[in-house]
Amino acid sequence: MQALYAQLLVGLINGSFYALLSLGLAVIFGMLNIINFAHGALYMMGAFAAYFLLNLGGINYWWALLLAPIIVGIFGMILERTMLKFLTGLDHLYGLLLTFGIALIVQGVFQNYFGSSGLPYAIPDQLRGGMNLGFMFLPIYRGWVVVFSLVVCLGTWYLIEKTQLGAYLRAATENPTLVRAFGINVPRMITLTYGLGVGLAALAGVLSAPINQVRPLMGADLIIVVFAVVVIGGMGSIMGSIITGFALGVIEGLTKYFYPEASNTVVFVLMVLVLLVKPTGLTGRAA
Amino acid sequence: MRQIISTMLLGTAIALAATSAAMAQDKNVKIGVLTDNSGLYADLGGPGSTVAAQMAIEDSGLAAKGWKLDLISADHQNKPDIGSTIARQWIDVEKVDIFMDVLNSGVALAVNNIVKEKNSILIDTGAATSDLTNAQCSPNTIHWVYDTYMLANSTGQALVKAGGDTWYFLTADYAFGHALERDTAAVVVKSGGKVIGTVRHPLNTADFSSFLLQAQASKAKIVGMANAGGDTTNTIKQAAEFGIVSGGQKLAGLLLFITDVHALGLKVAQGLNFTETFYWDLNDGTRAFSKRFSERMKNKAMPSMVQAGVYSGLLHYFKALEAMGGNPHDGAKVVAKMKEMPTEDALFGKGTVRADGRKLHPAYLFEVKKPEESKGPWDYYKLVGTTAADQAFRPLSESVCPLVKK
Repeated sequence: MQALYAQLLVGLINGSFYALLSLGLAVIFGMLNIINFAHGALYMMGAFAAYFLLNLGGINYWWALLLAPIIVGIFGMILERTMLKFLTGLDHLYGLLLTFGIALIVQGVFQNYFGSSGLPYAIPDQLRGGMNLGFMFLPIYRGWVVVFSLVVCLGTWYLIEKTQLGAYLRAATENPTLVRAFGINVPRMITLTYGLGVGLAALAGVLSAPINQVRPLMGADLIIVVFAVVVIGGMGSIMGSIITGFALGVIEGLTKYFYPEASNTVVFVLMVLVLLVKPTGLTGRAA
Repeated sequence: MRQIISTMLLGTAIALAATSAAMAQDKNVKIGVLTDNSGLYADLGGPGSTVAAQMAIEDSGLAAKGWKLDLISADHQNKPDIGSTIARQWIDVEKVDIFMDVLNSGVALAVNNIVKEKNSILIDTGAATSDLTNAQCSPNTIHWVYDTYMLANSTGQALVKAGGDTWYFLTADYAFGHALERDTAAVVVKSGGKVIGTVRHPLNTADFSSFLLQAQASKAKIVGMANAGGDTTNTIKQAAEFGIVSGGQKLAGLLLFITDVHALGLKVAQGLNFTETFYWDLNDGTRAFSKRFSERMKNKAMPSMVQAGVYSGLLHYFKALEAMGGNPHDGAKVVAKMKEMPTEDALFGKGTVRADGRKLHPAYLFEVKKPEESKGPWDYYKLVGTTAADQAFRPLSESVCPLVKK
């Protein structure tokens, strides 16, 4: 029983990465209608940004949490301005191919210069050590990841669903022409939205840097699972992606305990089941 | 008289034909480096193995003697099916004579069969499974650098002797992990220890926390990591986080490479014990080679033992070809010649290739230095113990390889 609690908690930790990443994907898909396959590469860039900030600039983890998403977000906005914006109104397939190509190029370049086993990034001193919870030893850093990503996820949800700015955004997806008629710069808003989604990916990258190696392929390994999460949760649904992110982390964690050999596939089995029963995803609305 | 002359002429013609045939001995060799060029093992083999092969070709001096040595490489992506397809194409279409590196035990076992079937050559420097020279041994294969039996024997025995008598295994769920776990468990039991549990994780896993918690709950004194490359570095890093070592358990890296230690950093890796058969800073010979190697690497990395093995194995192959006066394009024949000749190079010292295809050389037990002991980048290991070449590997008396005459 104790072991079970521990696995639930560990699942929640992984779930927070799934949630952050699928949230970014959902935001981008919801506003830009683009399936952002470069998300994994941008997540990786976030981790590398943190590494370089620390090792070249002496800028610590806390500042990296703020700066890395901004740096990578700007990179994302440049991508949007120079390439993605030309895909508006085209079939999803074009966006998918373009972003997938970008991901391959970015990963290839990083791998060329930094190899495959990656670079070390230490846990910040303030978050070292752990607590004994009775049923498990919880590293403080992992606890921090869960709390921080929950706050960021809910904050993003609030921003998009409950504020004036969010209302503009949602309106712009429904009818961009009409929103422009109100004097709102829709293309700029879309660029900023893409930047926000990318920033969320980079933030997840910074959070994961001390846990995993900072590796060029860290995103490629993760992104496939995250896409399954998004499909299960329902494309474009903000709250849906947050909840499924955490839930699937927990389910995966339990699989690692009961039948570890299947832990890499359980998410995809669930995806197939959900698609069979409810093709729009658990929280998705019919198109 | 006329008849005599014509007979003599005929005789001369035949003799001439024979000598010219000997002179036209084929001196073309095609070398294929089949490895993981982009995945979790790319740093310990990958492009570095191709660099090592190129260096062996240059250092052999064969080009100056009229030989034509070609080098190609490919990425098997750690998938046995892809590795097999490339291997068949290389032999049938590209006319590759010899396969080098071939890390990943799953891929290696598949390629081993194809190489045997097509009478090509495999010098495996990257795969770990000891089956390559035991149940699956082949007259066309030499296993050059290390194997699971040797790792288990050296690291396993040392740790049990130091008091680590209960083990829990974290095993990569494929041929390599299974072999390493099996061989280590055998040594542990033989030395008086006990295996109290095992958990198998999929290859290329990012998060080990679930598995580490299970290892922690087992209360085993030693957590044996029967995995490699990125999987091992992630395990070690996360084990530190979950307080495995500070809780009194000891991590045993059964297979670690210098590139892994570099990736982890000394702060995390310090104190780990493990076995390798090559380290760049062993002697003048290894230092000289490694310096040249590192200069040619994009990230200035020192060679891993896998990459060093590619260089050493190829040099021996070239010596055998030279002794034969040409390339017979007959895998089994060349391998037999390589087994006849003693091996010697600056990297692994003097050695031999045994009947079962096992290359013998000493094995070194290393300990990772503390950050303050290290004098600079890549200065990572302290030599703790050496096992002699004839003691390090599986004795022939235990072998089930049909090539071994009993």
